Amino acid sequence: MIQIIDLACSLNGQVVLDGIHLTVPRGQITVIIGKSGAGKSVLLKHVLGLMRPDRGQILVDGVDLTRARGRRLQEIRRRFGVLFQGGALFDSLTVFDNVAFPLREKTDLAEEEIGERVRYRLSQVRLGQEVEEKYPDELSGGMKKRVALARALIQEPEIVLFDEPVAGLDPPMTNTIFHLIARTHQENQYTGLVVSHDIPAVFQVAHFVAMLHRGRIIAWGAPAEIQNHEDAAVQSFLRGEVNFLAD
Amino acid sequence: MVGRLLRSMGRAVLDWLGALGHATLFLLEALRQAFLPPYRFRRLLEEIHFIGWKSGLIILLTAAFTGMVLGLQGYYTLRKYGSESALGSAVALSLIRELGPVLTALMVSGRAGSAITAKIGIMRISEQLDALESMAVNPVQYVVTPKLVAGLICVPLLTAIFDVVGILGGYVVGVWLLGVGSGVYFSGISQSVVALDVNGGVVKSLVFGLTVITVSCYKGYFTPRGAEGVSRATTEAVVSSAVLVLAWDYVLTSFFM
Repeated sequence: MIQIIDLACSLNGQVVLDGIHLTVPRGQITVIIGKSGAGKSVLLKHVLGLMRPDRGQILVDGVDLTRARGRRLQEIRRRFGVLFQGGALFDSLTVFDNVAFPLREKTDLAEEEIGERVRYRLSQVRLGQEVEEKYPDELSGGMKKRVALARALIQEPEIVLFDEPVAGLDPPMTNTIFHLIARTHQENQYTGLVVSHDIPAVFQVAHFVAMLHRGRIIAWGAPAEIQNHEDAAVQSFLRGEVNFLAD
Repeated sequence: MVGRLLRSMGRAVLDWLGALGHATLFLLEALRQAFLPPYRFRRLLEEIHFIGWKSGLIILLTAAFTGMVLGLQGYYTLRKYGSESALGSAVALSLIRELGPVLTALMVSGRAGSAITAKIGIMRISEQLDALESMAVNPVQYVVTPKLVAGLICVPLLTAIFDVVGILGGYVVGVWLLGVGSGVYFSGISQSVVALDVNGGVVKSLVFGLTVITVSCYKGYFTPRGAEGVSRATTEAVVSSAVLVLAWDYVLTSFFM
């Protein structure tokens, strides 16, 4: 379980996160929604320990990630898998080597075993052997996201973070990625934290939804609860109203 | 007016000192990581291939023409004083003490340093460095340290190649084209070049190599967002490397003279 307590962060003198309180239940997928620039990705980077907050705590099974350094932080990170917004695939490595990278770096597995695991993960995201020797710049946006998903899952992480997993994809590919997230979650039962502004497609995978607005979580609950939430800002965002987007 | 000028100059100096301190800490961290496991020999070989082997041709060409120009200029200058016999000595000392280390560092900066900054910068803006960190892989150890160690190995070797090829270039012009005696050319070299000259050249090449690779990695690692950020970082890396190499050259020359 991840608990975010009173998390605050300012960037270039501007308040981005202003006292976030959020609980991400174990084995469930929690989706954080909010307009572009609301600080969703910044929040995710704090959860990953890539940014340090001005105040507050992020507890991963009781261990405060914001105070962890060096080896302790690395041990916590080993429990994470991350799908970055652009995929963040290493462009000098092939698809196979990208997916195998965490195993080669962090385990003593034989190449044969690594090969089996990579092929299994690639097949899980519906990619065949024909893509294994391709480089990231030879892949479409959707394929990159699927390779990145395979890499995020290769070490069977307990917690998977998704930063805008469908940004820049067309509607069929958006549905495919969300379907893959739902399917891999069903098979691996990880704790998922998804950041997305893709409404309503993101509700397909959400067990819980939290709305981030002006640096605070203004609504939290099951997807149906959020869809019927009385807060005007939530309803404005769900309806995609222009005045809300311009806010 | 004067106060504002002084304030802005003071701020610029403080910013510069801050960046220098930051870059020094970055260098120390990268060197510290070289002694911590896992030891990445494969990555080191890849970087030696990129920084050293792939710079070979440009070093050969630059060295040959530099030596030839030195032979030509040196011959006509020395002839005025009837000292053509000192041509070998003049070419070799110029190359070993100054031109070899400096021009090698500038060539490595232009060919490999700029590519290093651009590559690390793109890794930064496309979140590849964040991805490494998220996998509990230290990005400094994985990306920067092998380049730094490769630079320390390759730049002195490339400098040595530069010196030898440059001396041969001077030989081609001086001996084959202008008629200086072959024995005179080489005996001049053996009589004038002493260990201090060679040691000075080696020390310079090590310092220049470390400077060029550190600046290139640092500028890439802390590149601002966007394609423009990478472009600016790459330009700054090459310009800063060149200025620092020349400044270091003055300091080290005054130390070895």
